[in-house]
Amino acid sequence: MTEIDWPWQYSFPPFFTLQPHAETKVKQIEAWKHLVINYFHNTNQFILDVREVHNGPLFYNSAIDRKLSPEIVLIILEELAKSGHAIPLDKIKQRWIVSWHTLEEWSDIIYSWAQSNGFIGSVCTFYELREGDNTTDQEFYGIDNDLLVRALKILENSNRAELIIFDDNEGVKFF
Amino acid sequence: MNRFEYTNGHCMPNEKTLRRDNNIRLYDGEVRTNFEGGELTITTHRLIYRTSNVCFSLSLSLIIYFEEEYPGPLFFTRSPKIKLHLTEPPRDKQPGPLDNSLHSYVKLSFKNGLSPAFVENLSEVIHNRLWEIIPLSIGVSPSSVQGSNSNMLRNPPPIKPRTGIIGIERNLKEQQRATDESINVAFQDLRKLMGMAKDMVNISRTISAKIRERQGDITEDETVRFKSYLMSLGIDDPVTRDAYKSSNEYYKQLGRQLAEILEEPIKEVGGMMALTDVYCRVNRARGLELLSPEDLLHACKQLSDLNLSIMLRTFDSGVMVIQSVSHNDVEVADAVSQLIKDRGSITATELAQSEGISVVLACERLFMTEKYGKACRDDSIEALRFYPNLFLEEE
Repeated sequence: MTEIDWPWQYSFPPFFTLQPHAETKVKQIEAWKHLVINYFHNTNQFILDVREVHNGPLFYNSAIDRKLSPEIVLIILEELAKSGHAIPLDKIKQRWIVSWHTLEEWSDIIYSWAQSNGFIGSVCTFYELREGDNTTDQEFYGIDNDLLVRALKILENSNRAELIIFDDNEGVKFF
Repeated sequence: MNRFEYTNGHCMPNEKTLRRDNNIRLYDGEVRTNFEGGELTITTHRLIYRTSNVCFSLSLSLIIYFEEEYPGPLFFTRSPKIKLHLTEPPRDKQPGPLDNSLHSYVKLSFKNGLSPAFVENLSEVIHNRLWEIIPLSIGVSPSSVQGSNSNMLRNPPPIKPRTGIIGIERNLKEQQRATDESINVAFQDLRKLMGMAKDMVNISRTISAKIRERQGDITEDETVRFKSYLMSLGIDDPVTRDAYKSSNEYYKQLGRQLAEILEEPIKEVGGMMALTDVYCRVNRARGLELLSPEDLLHACKQLSDLNLSIMLRTFDSGVMVIQSVSHNDVEVADAVSQLIKDRGSITATELAQSEGISVVLACERLFMTEKYGKACRDDSIEALRFYPNLFLEEE
């Protein structure tokens, strides 16, 4: 796991209390969004469960003994969802996909990889994309399955790929 | 009918008989009595009623007024009556018939018809009030009555009843009167106290005048001590409610006085004082003639209309304070934010201690600083702590 480069706010106690002053609050939420995306990017995580926010160091700074309450976490996630960096997985908004790229960005990244590596017209399994030998140097290596499917569906909608389900395996054909 | 006194029926030396009427019956209130067929004498001082075996009198001074009562057309058997409304019996009243009567009026019923001359004579004699000019020289002493009138023995003075409803009622009345009296006495004491207070006010005035005269003669220390005495004596001439008819005017005047006495203290504590503190201070200064919280609040609400040096301010939290008009929020916020920067972080309690203000006010100051974006909060289990607003300042 990569060492996180915590921002100065992380050790600033007021960072963990929602600020009532409107302008301050905007800055505070902005800082949190950055931190959350950075943290997930650096640790290569995709799933955030609001019920478990205090298990990791992100929302719990044990050095200054401050926790960010789940309510505020939810506010941040809603903000992230607005910019496409978070997607709720269930209706009660407890499980979320958090990603440093939006779905559109991911689909573009995957399609341009397929183009530059000659996979247009051929079929790749999801496993190959996520954990295959050809993708180890790619940003989407190790991507969350849900996120991958959602990104590929965008390609499908713009007629650049087709999802194929055969046997137990799922694959995609690029056009 | 308890105003009547037994008498021997003779005229006193200063008394003149004016008129006699016969066959008259007495009513105690609306109740017919056994005194009938008697002779009624009007003298310059009394009404004297005499039957064959008893004689008693009613002092004219006890009659408030009288009215004639004629029987209605359906009751031609009834006799015309005179209704005499009476005042309370005098303390030194001699014994008489029906001393325990509760009625405040008696009626004279004229079996032989009512002569207009009687009414005329009666009103004249009441109008003349001769008893005030020439009093009856000798009081009617009971012994002389008893001595001269053996009928007394057959009519002993009634004993005051202690039992029954009348007894209970009488007791209650007695108690009420006693309470009334003690309340009156209490208020007299209070009034005396207030009178004393006025003297104190005068003393304080002379002291302050002397201080002013001898500005150079006495030392600084002594002046300070005198001033503290004056403070403990209170303010001179408190504005009191009964001096003003309309409460609005009263509140305005009170507001002016508040401005006078609070301007300095408010400046001393940093331009703002919680309403509770104001209440305590003002009432301590007044000593007597205390203000009710409501009156104070009304007076404070008038402050802003009067263009005075202080005004009432209500914070978003509902806390009410009196602040001087020159008080500037931005300046205070700046000062507080500077303090926060110097200390790194601060709680309301710490601010209250360092500035010498109440915690409530300190809290309001911090919220205000926060509202200006010059502080941000850290709400933890330990306390609500305020930090410099690095969110806005770092970029």
